[in-house]
Parts: sequence; structure tokens; C-alpha cells
Amino acid sequence: MTKMSGWKKPGSMEIVFILLGALMLLFIFAPPLKTVFSSSPTTLWNTLLEEDVYTSVLLTICAALVATLMGLLLGVPLAYLLARHKFRGKRFIEAIIDVPIVIPHSAAGVALLFVFGSNFFFGKILNGIGLGFFRSFTGVAIAMMFVSVPFLIDAAKEGFKAVDVRLENVARTLGASAWKSFFRISLPLAWRSIFSGSVLMWARGLSEFGAIIIIAYSASFLGWTPKVLPVLVANRFDFGLDYAQPVAAIAILISLIAFIALRSIAYRGEKA
Amino acid sequence: MISIKNLKVNLGDFLLQNINLDIEPGEYFIILGPTGAGKTVLLESIAGLYPVLGGNVWVGDKEITGLSPEKREIGIVYQDQVLFPHLSVEKNIAFGLKMRKCPKNETKAKVDAIVEVVGISHLLKRSPATLSGGEKQKVALARALVIQPKVLLLDEPLSALDPETRERMQRELRGIHSRIELTIIHVTHDFEEAIALGHRVAVLNDGCIAQVGTPEEFLRRPSSEFVARFALTRNILSGRAMGAENGCTIIDIGGTQLRAIAEAKGQVRLSLRPEDILISREPVQSTARNCFLGVVNDITDRGSVICITVTVPPDFICTVTRQAFDELKLSKGGEVWITFKAAAVHVF
Repeated sequence: MTKMSGWKKPGSMEIVFILLGALMLLFIFAPPLKTVFSSSPTTLWNTLLEEDVYTSVLLTICAALVATLMGLLLGVPLAYLLARHKFRGKRFIEAIIDVPIVIPHSAAGVALLFVFGSNFFFGKILNGIGLGFFRSFTGVAIAMMFVSVPFLIDAAKEGFKAVDVRLENVARTLGASAWKSFFRISLPLAWRSIFSGSVLMWARGLSEFGAIIIIAYSASFLGWTPKVLPVLVANRFDFGLDYAQPVAAIAILISLIAFIALRSIAYRGEKA
Repeated sequence: MISIKNLKVNLGDFLLQNINLDIEPGEYFIILGPTGAGKTVLLESIAGLYPVLGGNVWVGDKEITGLSPEKREIGIVYQDQVLFPHLSVEKNIAFGLKMRKCPKNETKAKVDAIVEVVGISHLLKRSPATLSGGEKQKVALARALVIQPKVLLLDEPLSALDPETRERMQRELRGIHSRIELTIIHVTHDFEEAIALGHRVAVLNDGCIAQVGTPEEFLRRPSSEFVARFALTRNILSGRAMGAENGCTIIDIGGTQLRAIAEAKGQVRLSLRPEDILISREPVQSTARNCFLGVVNDITDRGSVICITVTVPPDFICTVTRQAFDELKLSKGGEVWITFKAAAVHVF
């Protein structure tokens, strides 16, 4: 239980900072709020029932989910290695991981097309297992994964770093193999960080536009050819702001609701 | 029981090397050394948690140098905060049994038995976060003991505790050790803890073993100045051996000639424990061969004892009990006699 111990008159600096901070919060929060509340719930519901829109929602959510699962499978082991070991070139590798964050995403789309296009090594593998890349679900998921996986790797790395290595040591002396000590000690203890990193990755994947528009303006998905939500918003905007607004509102709502719900799971039981 | 031969380990800045130890079954063995001497790494190397560059480790007649930690049957207890925070006390203790796929009822029986020995039956359902330092350490101990390791490694297990708890835990450690005959290797930087607990002590300095011996040997015959200082031998002096007389060597220290039972020639370094010096108002008639008049130069209260510096010259640091101090009515600048046996003087 914390209790305000007394009221202290704020100084001039604090007053200025509070005003500036409030302005910042308003700037962040007003546009999405205004967009969401500009349409009636009925309009939003009807928009959601359009085939274009609900297939798009489905594609976006699923592709971001697949991207995140792939990110977990390939990113968590890397994060663990980086958290536990010192080696030459480690900083270089850590810099490489953050490259997707700093390069323009449309350029990332072109780059991905280069290596996953059918002539290159990765493209041949995809073709070999019967997965297309250009204008496909796979392409969308890979684009999402590329631009968002650094968030997961960084969060997981910090999570593993926070687990005392001596806990793993003790587990080993108690008879746990390296695998068991990882799955019973390190992973459960770093889980919160990994999960919130996954949520961030997933939410970032949902909102990807630049890389996806190069690879899959629309993608073949379960018999439809929907666009991902951000692309759909841009597409509707060609017909005017009024067309784009309800879809934008849906995109914002889905991202926000999912983000808040998952974060509250990640921080469940933890006091602020 | 456990023998270490020519162990060599890379510590980054320096090497732990020429480590040779033979520890008897059931022995309470102490590794003593200053911070950064490589004590923890030595323990982790024995447990298989730290890669070694060379040498061998044997437990009984089985070599374990290349064995992974989970196959060594060596338990470890660290200084602090090393309970699994996501598991209850009971699950922490049962962890090792679970890894061994021990049946449920057997696990319960073993956990119940060990918490009885360690005295923490009432804590089983608690979460580690709610325990005090001493309780956490007992849980860690129970967790290591429940799998009946061949050797138990303790890494500064008492250093994070407050002084009162530390003393109580020292007694309990001794009690537990005598109840379950176990080989223990205990690492500490605290000389008094080493003396209180150890059957034998090894002093580690700069990655090498400086001396191995019983606490008595450390007090009486430190092998080097480093060991003497570490063993709180406050008087370490330089002098010149002047010759022998009646089985004693006469050593001149800045004009004061004292007698030591030791063979020495030329320049020598010697040590004398402060508690071996008797302070009195009048010269003492005794068999002790060294008796000098000096001036009290400094009085430092250390709580349980009082340290008195007497300038003869040279300066001798002596300790007296509080009671003796009160009876002597010492004050700075006053004259006193100091007396010590020739056998108390140790020449390096």
C-alpha cells in the first residue's frame, strides 16, 4: 500500500514538464481515438462484414501469428546464446539483428524479394517445399517476420540475462541436463519477457505496410485474395478519406485490443 | 574422497593453476582466500560448471574431470538468492529428485526427512520470496542435500547473512555435518569462519594454493606472510638472527633482542599472534623467555577484544579481553610489560 505522504507544491519546472508531457500524450492518443469514434458501432460492424475486410483481418492476424511463431522458434535460441555467452563479434551480431528496424521497409521488401524470389537459395527451398513467395501468405508472413523479429529477440535476450546463471548451475548439479535446465528454469523465468516481446512482434507484424506492399499487394489465402489491413487502408484511401476511415478504425481497434489484452496476460499478478 | 590433481583453469585475467588437493571422506574442508582469488571458479570447476584447461578431478576412485555436472553427484549452495523463484520451497527441494524421476511417495518421504534435519518443516508451502536470508540458505542446503550428493560445495554460504544469523548457521552447519557424514568443501574469505568450521583449510591466493593445514597450523605456523596476514597475525616483523642460545635463536629487531624457537640465519621475517602476548603492570615471573617494557601507543576497541599497540620499539600489537583491560587500567602513554614465549614466535 502506498500512500501520498503529503502535498508538495510543484516547482515551475515540474509544471512546464507536466504541460509538455500532457501535450505529448494527447498527440499520441488523439488521432487513433478520433478515428475510432468517428464511426458508429453499426458502421464498423457493417464494414467488418464486407468480404474484403474480414478476409483481410483474418489474413493479417494469421500471418502475424505465423511470423511470431517462427520468430519464437528461431529467435529464442539465438537470444539465449547472446545472453549467456561472450564471444568475438557479438556486438556485430547484435547490430545485425537490429538492421530490420533501421532500413526503410519498402527497401526491405525488395531485398526479401531478391533472396526469396525463386532463383536464390532461400527461394529454391521455398519452392522445393511447395510454398510460393510472391503474392502468397508465406511472403506476407516472411515480410512481417523480417521487420518485427528484432523486438522479440531483444526482449528475450534481456529476459534471459535477468535469470541468474547460478540458478542454471544449481539445476545442473541437481541432475538436470542442459535441456532440462533450460526448459524448467531459464525459459519459465524469462517467459514474461519473451511473451511481451512476442506480443510486440505480433503487433508490429500486424501493422507492417512497406515491405508487404512490395511482396504481396494482395495474397492468395484460403481461396480469397485479400490485402493485409494496412494495405487495405491505403487502398481504400484512394477512394477518399471517408472510405479509409472505418477500415482504419478496425485496424486500430484490433491492434489495440489484442495488444492490451496480451500485455495484461503478460503482467498478470505483477504489482505496478 | 575427492582429489584434485594439477588443476588449471582460465579466469580471464589470470590462471588458477597447480591446484592439488586431497580431501578425506567426511571431512569439512575450507578454501580460504581474498575476493578475486578464484575460489568460486575452483568450486564451479569441481562441479563441472566451469571448463578446465588441464588436470584431473577424482571422486573416490572415479575420475569425473570430463563428466557433465548432472552426472557428478556434487551439490552446490551459493551465497544468496539462488532458490528457483518460480517454485515453492517444497518444489525447490524436490527438484533434484524430480530430475531423477523419483516416485512421488518416495520424493515426499525424502523431502520430509531432509527438512526435519535442516529444521525447516514449517516452510514447505512458502514461496522463496517470503523467506529471510537464513531460511533461504537452509532451503538451498536442503535442496542440495536431498539427493545425497557425494560432495557438497558451499560458496560463501554465510556471507550474506547478518552476524547473529551467521553464527547460528555456523553451529547448524556443524550439526548437520556431524549428523549426515558428508564431505563438504566450503569457500569463504572469513578467517574466523574457517577456523570455526574447518577440519582443514587451504588458503588460495592469486590462483595458487598458498598453504594447506589444520586451523592450528595456520595459527602457529603460517607458511608465508600472506597467510599470516590473512590469519590475522597482526605482528609481522623483520630482524636479524644473531645466533643460538639454549636452543633458542636470538633475533635482533631494531635493538630489541627476542628469542624464538626456530633455526634462522641472517635477515628474517617473523610473526607473532596478538593473543599470545601477555600484558601486565609488573614484570611476570614465568618460563616465557621474552619480556619487555614498553609504552602504550594506541588502544582500539574491537568489541569482543581490545587491541593495544605497545611500543618497545618495535611496535607489538596485543589483544586483551575487555575484563583484563578493565583490570589493567591501561591508558595511552602508560608503561606496561609484555611477555611471550619463544615458541610463540614463528620465523618464516
